[in-house]
Amino acid sequence: MTDKLRLANVTKHFGTNRVLDQLSISVAPGEVVSFIGASGSGKTTLLRCINLLETIDDGSIHLDDLEITRVGVDANPIRRRVGIVFQSFNLFPHMSVLRNTTLALTEVLGNSREEAESTARTLLARFGLADKFDSYPDRLSGGQQQRVAIARALALNPEVLLLDEITSALDPELVGEVLDVVRELKGSGITLLLATHEMGFAREISDRVCFLANGTIAESGHPEQIFGDPQDQRTQQFLARVINSGRLN
Amino acid sequence: MPRWDRVKASFFDGERLVDSMPRLLEAFVLDVKIFAWTTPAILAVALLLAIARNTRNPALFPLRIFVIAYTDVMRGVPVILWIYLIGFGVPGIGLERPWNSPLLWGSVALGLTYSAYVAEVFRAGIDSVHESQRAAARSLGLSSAQTMRHVVLPQAIRRVVPPLMNDMVSLQKDVALVSLIGPIEILRQAGIDKSKFANFTPYVGAALVFLAITIPLTRLTDWLLTRERERTGSSRVR
Ligand SMILES: Nc1ncnc2c1ncn2[C@@H]1O[C@H](COP(=O)(O)OP(=O)(O)O)[C@@H](O)[C@H]1O
Ligand SMILES: [Mg+2]
Repeated sequence: MTDKLRLANVTKHFGTNRVLDQLSISVAPGEVVSFIGASGSGKTTLLRCINLLETIDDGSIHLDDLEITRVGVDANPIRRRVGIVFQSFNLFPHMSVLRNTTLALTEVLGNSREEAESTARTLLARFGLADKFDSYPDRLSGGQQQRVAIARALALNPEVLLLDEITSALDPELVGEVLDVVRELKGSGITLLLATHEMGFAREISDRVCFLANGTIAESGHPEQIFGDPQDQRTQQFLARVINSGRLN
Repeated sequence: MPRWDRVKASFFDGERLVDSMPRLLEAFVLDVKIFAWTTPAILAVALLLAIARNTRNPALFPLRIFVIAYTDVMRGVPVILWIYLIGFGVPGIGLERPWNSPLLWGSVALGLTYSAYVAEVFRAGIDSVHESQRAAARSLGLSSAQTMRHVVLPQAIRRVVPPLMNDMVSLQKDVALVSLIGPIEILRQAGIDKSKFANFTPYVGAALVFLAITIPLTRLTDWLLTRERERTGSSRVR
């Protein structure tokens, strides 16, 4: 089977700070890959590069057979196929939940308002937001906001969804409802890449876990291997720290 | 020491006020007209200037430089000087009627200067919208123009309504500057009446007319500011 996503020697600097260093990985269609690693190890940057929110300095990223990082490739059609959900939700505060979800449908895909709203209603209802269509983001809990953000990203029916620490800004009691949504997505055919600090969740949901250090994938493998029998010393140290702080459950 | 009865006679003569007021109000219609046709033009031009300045396309660098130069130059010179320069100057270069009207070019001068001030207000509003909002919009496949239109501008404009109102209050007053190049609006009419009666009461009358407009506008601005502050949730520290 051909890869859904293929990163080859991706390198990214911020000034002199080399954040991604010759990072390579291939992801199969429908695969769920988690990226773990210390804060500042480049997880967010990696996901933003795949969504073309950042430009890479070297290497290449392919979506199916299309090299999306080649100069001159229009980013907008790519972004319809690759969605992203941010740590801080980034909902549009001046739009209702429904409008947040229909915006890309009407403006990017050119759907009619009715068509778009019917798609959005179905999605929002699926994520337990049926009574929130007309609410504004500031009236929602963090968990609800993040579920809206996931619905917004899914409205375009992307082939790949990038989830950047989507529960990090949530109160602990709200984490579960958001993770449930992600559980539901697994197996729907969509390819999921997640950056996460929820080790238990990464272990449960991932087909593969990648440990990021120094801008590259230091170790990757099946979750049971990474969490049960890490080979790289940095992975071991990182997991030990996480266990000590009580975050592996 | 000035005596109160003299002050009263020369500034607050009730009879003169009653006599003058209809003429003043009639002349004030011109102020309102100038205000009414410059305001939409100012808002439109200012918005375009602010958007142009905010473009990120490297190819549009010259446009950005032009906008920066324009706002700097227009704001760096007193309004009255532009009104003299454009309002007197342009009709003087031999244009045919009606294109040689000082009223027209005085309004243009006012519009050009104010669009530079208002453009800065819009720019501050655009800058205040967090980068993550753009990222969210772009990540959904919206173009930068669509992002500006649907995501950035609605938030930016909402935030700058109070400062915009401040500028509109100023404009409402500065309209009277156009009188200096000829058109008989309220300030000019008050001057004519003052000379006729040798009494300052018509000026006080004109001042009252301005206050009747500007004070409610200022109060409305304050109210909008307070509401905006409450809406954005930052509760006031006692
Ligand atoms: N826009 C930016 N400008 C400059 N440096 C950045 C920027 N974004 C991230 N960085 C730096 O890149 C490194 C990786 O950051 P990030 O990708 O956010 O890591 P993580 O998501 O794993 O915490 C950090 O050192 C961070 O300071
Ligand atoms: Mg991050």
